[in-house]
Amino acid sequence: MDFSSFNPMVLAAALMVAATPILLAAIGELVVERSGVLNLGVEGMMITGAVVGFTAAVTTGNPYLGMLAAMAGGAALSLIFGVLTQLLKANQVASGLALTLFGLGFSALLGQGYAGVVPPRTAKLDLGLLSDIPVLGPILFRHDPMVYVSVAIVVAVWFWLTYTRSGRILRAVGENHDAAHALGYRVLRVRILAIMFGGACAGMGGAYLSLIRVPQWTEGMTAGIGWIALALVVFASWRPVRAMLGAYLFGGILVLQLNLQAAGIRIPAEYLAMSPYLITILVLVIMSSGRARKSLAAPGSLGKPFHAAG
Amino acid sequence: MLRLDKRPQPSKRWNWATPFLAVLLTMIAGGFLFMALGKDPFIAIKLIFWDPLFNPQVADYSRPQLLVKAGPLILIAVGLSVGFRAGIWNIGAEGQYIIGALCGAAVALAFWPAEGWYIFPLMVLAGAFGGWAWAMIPAILKTRFNTNEILVSLLLVYVAEKILAAMSVGLMRNPDGAGFPGSRNIAQYPAAANNELIADTGMHWGVVAAFIAVIFTYIMLHRHILGFQVQLAGQAPRAAKFAGVAPARLVVLCLGFSGAMAGLAGMFEVSGPARLVSIDFNAYYGFTAIIVAFLGRLHPVGIALAGLLMALTYIGGELAQFTLGLPSAAIQVFQGMLLFFLLAVDVLSNYRIRLKTHEAA
Repeated sequence: MDFSSFNPMVLAAALMVAATPILLAAIGELVVERSGVLNLGVEGMMITGAVVGFTAAVTTGNPYLGMLAAMAGGAALSLIFGVLTQLLKANQVASGLALTLFGLGFSALLGQGYAGVVPPRTAKLDLGLLSDIPVLGPILFRHDPMVYVSVAIVVAVWFWLTYTRSGRILRAVGENHDAAHALGYRVLRVRILAIMFGGACAGMGGAYLSLIRVPQWTEGMTAGIGWIALALVVFASWRPVRAMLGAYLFGGILVLQLNLQAAGIRIPAEYLAMSPYLITILVLVIMSSGRARKSLAAPGSLGKPFHAAG
Repeated sequence: MLRLDKRPQPSKRWNWATPFLAVLLTMIAGGFLFMALGKDPFIAIKLIFWDPLFNPQVADYSRPQLLVKAGPLILIAVGLSVGFRAGIWNIGAEGQYIIGALCGAAVALAFWPAEGWYIFPLMVLAGAFGGWAWAMIPAILKTRFNTNEILVSLLLVYVAEKILAAMSVGLMRNPDGAGFPGSRNIAQYPAAANNELIADTGMHWGVVAAFIAVIFTYIMLHRHILGFQVQLAGQAPRAAKFAGVAPARLVVLCLGFSGAMAGLAGMFEVSGPARLVSIDFNAYYGFTAIIVAFLGRLHPVGIALAGLLMALTYIGGELAQFTLGLPSAAIQVFQGMLLFFLLAVDVLSNYRIRLKTHEAA
């Protein structure tokens, strides 16, 4: 095999791009789960965001309008989940699955005729002096704006959950919904808003995939990234900054795997392509077993239905 | 405003009525969807639900297809329903289906071109074993390391798809196939073929297995202690613990059973209707079966009926694709909507809906 194609700087730069869609979806789901709701429909919201963002960007010629449309699309789809689980008290696992099944079909329907279309280009951000720093410049400061938006969202979510009143209310609702209800907080309202935030983030993550990372529309293009994002939330033990570290770690694995395929290593491509899923499973096992589990601290009311008595 | 009052027990009447209500609502919403796609909704609905069975021009072809499509759906869904009742979520049936098919096909290809009565039964065993073994991965990770079985079973679907791709271009590729991907045609290998048992009915061994699974599961759920434990674990996990239900044993049993059923379905499919191992022989039965399980209210007999209905939407969808040019994804959306409506109308069996009157206060 040919190691000369390995350029650590290029790899490190590609890592951030590869990690961004997972990071966006994961930070959204993290907020949803901190409010005590398990939404397994991330994959469905991502693929919907991917197609809505793609069609909107192609029609308007503006990738940022595409991103906004994708957020709206993801949030709209997640609202179905919100109504089902919060107002109609449907099972969260089944409703999340329904979202994914529906999203996969809906995106295929919407994306007809868009296969092979080239979306409008998203310009890389020119950060002047920062971009010219040797080594660090190309790795950190020569990306498209969305990479920095995703980092900003992570920092904002961390700050919001830790230091603001509304962030604490969300955590209270997630830890013990009965107590939060008794204190007069609107459990259902908080949760539905959290679900919609999660949907918007997942939609944005999907659109990042179809507009910037790939950039193209193909059916089922999310290929399990939504599920990996769900696992990432567990890996991060529901903490925003850890989710970012996890996403970049994972992005590194993705990039390495693709580069090994390209370098013509003597392992068939199909087996290399399995590695992200296998590594995700391995990480889940490590995180959920034994001593690690004690430090996990999942939200107390995660996945439990809430029905106000009386 | 409306108010929900929890019923002390789910309403029996609504329990029966909700699947029908959900199908009706899906037809209405689907009608609007077809209208949005520029098709006449009434013609499209009739094409999907009526013509495959009763239109003499197409019924000869489509009636047998009903059993061909319903067989694997029912087989997988019955397996899944037991776990779903106990709160054990195997959502990776698609992966178990693929691995079962690969194991069954491996036996057939290993014996090719030998003749012998024992080859097909061995394939059946291998198929069930493959699905069971693939489901044991999330089961053991769950019982040993407390790892979430939902995520693991689903992630393994992607792994199974990659193995399938590797097999159909690598190890299992037809050596006489001029380099094209895909295995030998198993359906044309008499000792291994899962052909129609009665001509022009669509009845093959997979359909027989599905009916046996329905009866077996019915007896297990209603007449055996295991069925009681499954129901108890799902409805009252704490009570189940006091009643001596070992959660780990239940996880292994439920995941193993559903995996074996999915593996069987895959094996019958690859040696019959699908004919050979190819990159995309799997038709997402493993995911559609989840909808079938819920539509059948997790009851074996309900699932048999739900499987037939879902098979009808597949066949009718194909028909609408040919005659109306309805996109194939539309039928996927239709099936997804069905699950939404099912989950939504479930509120009627669990809650009483009252008008909230404003009290003076």
